[in-house]
Amino acid sequence: MNTSDNATVDLEVDAVEKTFADHRAVDRLSFSVARGSFFSILGPSGCGKTTLLRMIAGFIQPDAGDIRIGGRSMAGVAPNQRPVNMVFQQLALFPMMTVGENVAFGLARRGVGKLERMRKADAMLERVSLGGSAHKRVDELSGGQRQRVAIARSLVLEPTLLLLDEPLGALDLKLREHMKIELKQLQAAFGTTFVYITHDQSEALVLSDHVGVMNRGRFEQLGTPQALYYDPATPFVAGFVGSNNRIGGRVESINNNIATVVTPEGWRLEARTVGAVSSGQAATAFVRPEAAVLAREPSGLPGNLRAHSGRVDSVLFDGANSAVLVTESQSRGEFRIALPQTGQFSNLVSGETIYFAFEADRAVCFSGEETA
Amino acid sequence: MTASEPNWQRRLLLALLLAPALLWLLLLIVLPHVDLALVSFRERVAPREYVTSLAQYQTFFTEPLYWQIFVRTAVVSAIATAITLLIAFPVAWTIAKIAKGRRAALLFLVCLIPFWVSETVRTLGWMILLRESGVLPSFLVKLGLVSAPPELLYHDATILVGLVYTSLLFMVVPLVNSLESLDNALIEAAYDLGAGGLTVLRTIVIPHAAPGITAGCIVVFMLTLGNYLTPNLLGGTSSQWFTEQIYNQFITRFNWEQGAAFGFLLLALSTTMVWVGLKASGQRFADVMQRS
Repeated sequence: MNTSDNATVDLEVDAVEKTFADHRAVDRLSFSVARGSFFSILGPSGCGKTTLLRMIAGFIQPDAGDIRIGGRSMAGVAPNQRPVNMVFQQLALFPMMTVGENVAFGLARRGVGKLERMRKADAMLERVSLGGSAHKRVDELSGGQRQRVAIARSLVLEPTLLLLDEPLGALDLKLREHMKIELKQLQAAFGTTFVYITHDQSEALVLSDHVGVMNRGRFEQLGTPQALYYDPATPFVAGFVGSNNRIGGRVESINNNIATVVTPEGWRLEARTVGAVSSGQAATAFVRPEAAVLAREPSGLPGNLRAHSGRVDSVLFDGANSAVLVTESQSRGEFRIALPQTGQFSNLVSGETIYFAFEADRAVCFSGEETA
Repeated sequence: MTASEPNWQRRLLLALLLAPALLWLLLLIVLPHVDLALVSFRERVAPREYVTSLAQYQTFFTEPLYWQIFVRTAVVSAIATAITLLIAFPVAWTIAKIAKGRRAALLFLVCLIPFWVSETVRTLGWMILLRESGVLPSFLVKLGLVSAPPELLYHDATILVGLVYTSLLFMVVPLVNSLESLDNALIEAAYDLGAGGLTVLRTIVIPHAAPGITAGCIVVFMLTLGNYLTPNLLGGTSSQWFTEQIYNQFITRFNWEQGAAFGFLLLALSTTMVWVGLKASGQRFADVMQRS
């Protein structure tokens, strides 16, 4: 994104660095977030995402670089002076106050009168479907309701930026799925810029307009969820975002950006090259489970694709996400294939031989040995 | 075997386990108090001749000296409690929130060390430091701040210093307990929502620590009110502490009746002050006792 159109950029992180003892938590990171968008930072624990978020909130000072919020540099600006509010991992609602007092807390700090701030808190609670809860104690609310109070408490201050530190982590699975949808709707309704950090790729993909995939203090890739999923830029992104079959081998030949990779056991497969890949080099290929088509006979596969075969190891039934684990015939490696929704293969049994194929364009291959 | 038998056995076991504590409570605390109460309600009309009367309590209310000493003891104790709280709070905050691991334990130990020696020795130590020919006055002369060594003993301030010093640990312990349980994210959240340091203290830290603060204040106030040694040694004859009046009645004047009445007045005072303190801070006694 261009830095000249400041009007549309709410957050700019410019070459920010932070080192703890000998550990570089954030390594010369730069990115910007457009106004009104939902931006996620996705990475495994210890990748530096929490440090980055805390620097944006102002709880940690960067060693180098600058953070600009709404075009204004935040160097030397204390957390309580920044146009930023944060939803904490454990929510950090004030147990000594009622729900209404929690929501009105920030308004009181701005000197809004008691009646006015109670009215605003009530209105805000109404907007997050908690109308009439102002007098309740925090521990009378359910997990999902507390979540909404935490968001309401921040949004009532109309911040330029709302930071969310894995707020769904403490919820159980069912509620998490539900809150995901609610968060997205809330963001759309308020139009506030959200910066969300998570280690859960599904949260990041469902919620975000843009996602930065972070690893060892850097962004491996920054793009739309679709781009991360279909066009991973690095092996880390291919392995971390969504499920993927990973196959290590050597490049035998390259033709029109399609490499033929051969494993040490002699299994050959085709994949689209990403970045510099040259013939004879070690390479890692990734094939999405849903990219492969299944057939009981080789003749059932599209004729223009290379046919692979394997033995069914186990069938993982999970409704629409059902898959089959296949032991590939030549490499003896495990390969995961999504089962079609038609129920055509619902009667697969372990030990059965099955054939599969995938379009080379839907598989990707990077140079280099398998590392992560 | 009937169902009631193990129940019966359990009751016996409980009774046996509680027996030492109950006996101690009954024989050494309840009985002497009952006896003292009886003593306080009688008057000697002739040698070995007593009648039941309220004369001892009347003396207290009609004699301004006793009144003044009584009020003075309560006020100085309250001031000592407040000063102890002000000094203990930053110490407890450092131990609970800033120092980590071994350092926190070390700081705690530093607070504990003075209690390894007896109160008498500690107080005599203060006297060695503060008396006219003591360490501090001669040091002040050496620095050229004063021409002659000042007498630092026998002032109200000296009594306060001694009382605060003796009470510090009893305030620090409940404060550390209640501050340790405060989630740091709450403090950060308050900052994030625009609060400054003082507002965080007022709206988040103090409400959270209130039971601990109340517990510490109750313990320190009662210890101070009933302290005999520190006011007597550091304040000398001018200390005018109510416990000295009780001592005088019992030991110097052999007026046990008057001494017993004074003792019960002191008990009533501390009970009233604790009750007022709990009401004023909106705390429940059970919550507070869990923290101390």
